[in-house]
Amino acid sequence: MAQRTVVVASRVGLHARPAMLFTQAVAASGVPVTIARPGGAPVDASSILFVMSLGVPHGEEVTLAAEGPEAERVLDELVELLATDLDAPDAAAPGAAPQAAS
Amino acid sequence: MTAPTRGAPAGGVLHGVGVGRWAVVGPVARVRPAPVVPPDAPLVVDGEVVGPAGVHEAVERAFTDVAAALRAQSAATSGTVQDVLAATAQMADDAALRSQVLARVDAGEPPVGAIDGVVEMFAGMFEQAGGYLAERVTDLRSVRDRVVARAMGLPDPGVPHLEQPAVVVAHDLAPADTAALDLTKVLAIVTELGGPTGHTAIIAGQLGLPCVVRVTGATELEDGTVVAVDAAAGTVLPDPDDAVRAEFERRRVAQAALAADTAPGATADGHAVALLANIGTPADAERLAASAEGVGLFRTEVLFLERLAAPTVEEQADAYAAVLRAAGGRKVVVRTLDAGADKPLAFAAQPDEENPALGVRGYRLVRSHPELLDTQLAALARAQEVTGSTPWVMAPMIATPDEARAFAERARAAGVATVGVMVEVPAASLRARDILAEVDFVSLGTNDLAQYAMATDRLRGELADLLDPWQPAVLDLVAATARAGRGVDKPVGVCGESAADPLVALVLAGLGVTSLSMAPGALPAVRYALRRHTLDRCEQIADAALAARTAPDARAAALALVDPDTRATLAL
Repeated sequence: MAQRTVVVASRVGLHARPAMLFTQAVAASGVPVTIARPGGAPVDASSILFVMSLGVPHGEEVTLAAEGPEAERVLDELVELLATDLDAPDAAAPGAAPQAAS
Repeated sequence: MTAPTRGAPAGGVLHGVGVGRWAVVGPVARVRPAPVVPPDAPLVVDGEVVGPAGVHEAVERAFTDVAAALRAQSAATSGTVQDVLAATAQMADDAALRSQVLARVDAGEPPVGAIDGVVEMFAGMFEQAGGYLAERVTDLRSVRDRVVARAMGLPDPGVPHLEQPAVVVAHDLAPADTAALDLTKVLAIVTELGGPTGHTAIIAGQLGLPCVVRVTGATELEDGTVVAVDAAAGTVLPDPDDAVRAEFERRRVAQAALAADTAPGATADGHAVALLANIGTPADAERLAASAEGVGLFRTEVLFLERLAAPTVEEQADAYAAVLRAAGGRKVVVRTLDAGADKPLAFAAQPDEENPALGVRGYRLVRSHPELLDTQLAALARAQEVTGSTPWVMAPMIATPDEARAFAERARAAGVATVGVMVEVPAASLRARDILAEVDFVSLGTNDLAQYAMATDRLRGELADLLDPWQPAVLDLVAATARAGRGVDKPVGVCGESAADPLVALVLAGLGVTSLSMAPGALPAVRYALRRHTLDRCEQIADAALAARTAPDARAAALALVDPDTRATLAL
């Protein structure tokens, strides 16, 4: 099992637009990924409902986990995405293909 | 959109409470309520009841169709509406939501019950997280309503997708409904519930849309029925004849002419009454009409709501600087954060309060979170340095002279020179002289002043008569505040919704109020009314209103002294 821990950079936390872009990227990767807050239970990272209900604020760590041959690459891309301020006006527009998944 | 046939009202005009002055004729587009169905109701596809074997497919299809419809709507809109719809579409598309529903169906739950159960589970998680997420529960439930309606073969609930300009008719409009509306295609808003100072009315006022609330029977109007909506009269007339249409067209032309007039506000004999706009965002400031002499109320809470952490000093300074630049040297009055138990913030949570309107809100947040105010004042000072414009700043919910003094000291220490407070607590109005000794100006928030003076919740539409701005007790409080301002020659403004009523505006001018701030859509009519009356006549109108015993009498006494042309043109 591959794991990564990353600090959420988006100013609003992992909500709204950032949560949308992140879960879209997970879904587009085709790899089952989980996300967890420190000490919390891992949830399906492709589900916007589960990801939003974690209520991760700006500046808090989350742990991503995945298995399989693609796991390392996909997690690296997702870490990069979470380390970006996805709420900034120049981040990918909603509905557009998230860069980290391409 | 196909509608199940419902009984149209038995002809004739429907009555409600009008907001604003405008009038329009257009077709009805109804906002449908959520489907109320028992949890074990059978699913229906193409008019056929779905048997057990087809349930999986029918549920999957309902989710997929709803997500696709929301995405299509999102793509056809822009801005906030687009984002709200895109996020809602993604909720409908959520694989976990679907798989949990199907797992419950496999375990023997009826499909509607399974959808309700899973949605409520997520809603519970959102509500527990609080703040921003708790507000998203409305979006989540709208997904539930759409999916259940789709799976049962019922018409889509919620806000209609407007293909052509229409009169939106709803039982009530939640903020989330308004966010999902393509406002460029809304001609007017008509609701059965709501009050004249509620959310819907305020949004309509911002946009200069005719709005009539508390219209009994409105939701029995059918989609596509042409109605004549008259906000000045508070009426909705189905199937207007040619004479009515021609009259509304004449009023539309007259209103457009008023809107083209951008001279500074003044009475007929040249007594200046500054006409200002109420705004909530830098984008509002950029749209600020030439008809506004400045901003009389910049509500800063929009920057803070739906956030998990307070905006930084840099972020706030950017927003304030954007507003100052857009105002281009015109006056800007910034109100510090007006939030609290009734408008909760994730980063300044208050324990549950039994009476949030009477609790820790507005300036009172300084007791628990002084850093919020200090950051905001520092950001304002920075915006002032960057732009070279000097904003005025005022605090909401001030009750005592000591609070006014403490706020003024903080603001001046931060570097903001012109400091005032809102007068919206009756105590502050009664002691306005002592308050004005501490600050440079005051601004009357007449909505809250009426709410507190009349002990009447602003959101309880059925109590609207008690909140009438013509209530003599409320007029007395305004008069006392204006008198105190005249005594020390300091500005007394009004930034409540009542300033937007041309007749009330004449009374306020007569009482000695020096500026009127309102939804930009209301400025032309107020400017016109002021220009047609001398200060002396405004004072007579104010005296007549103050001498009345009841709200209707006060309004009638004021109206009797108004110039007949003004009455006709503004449909007073």
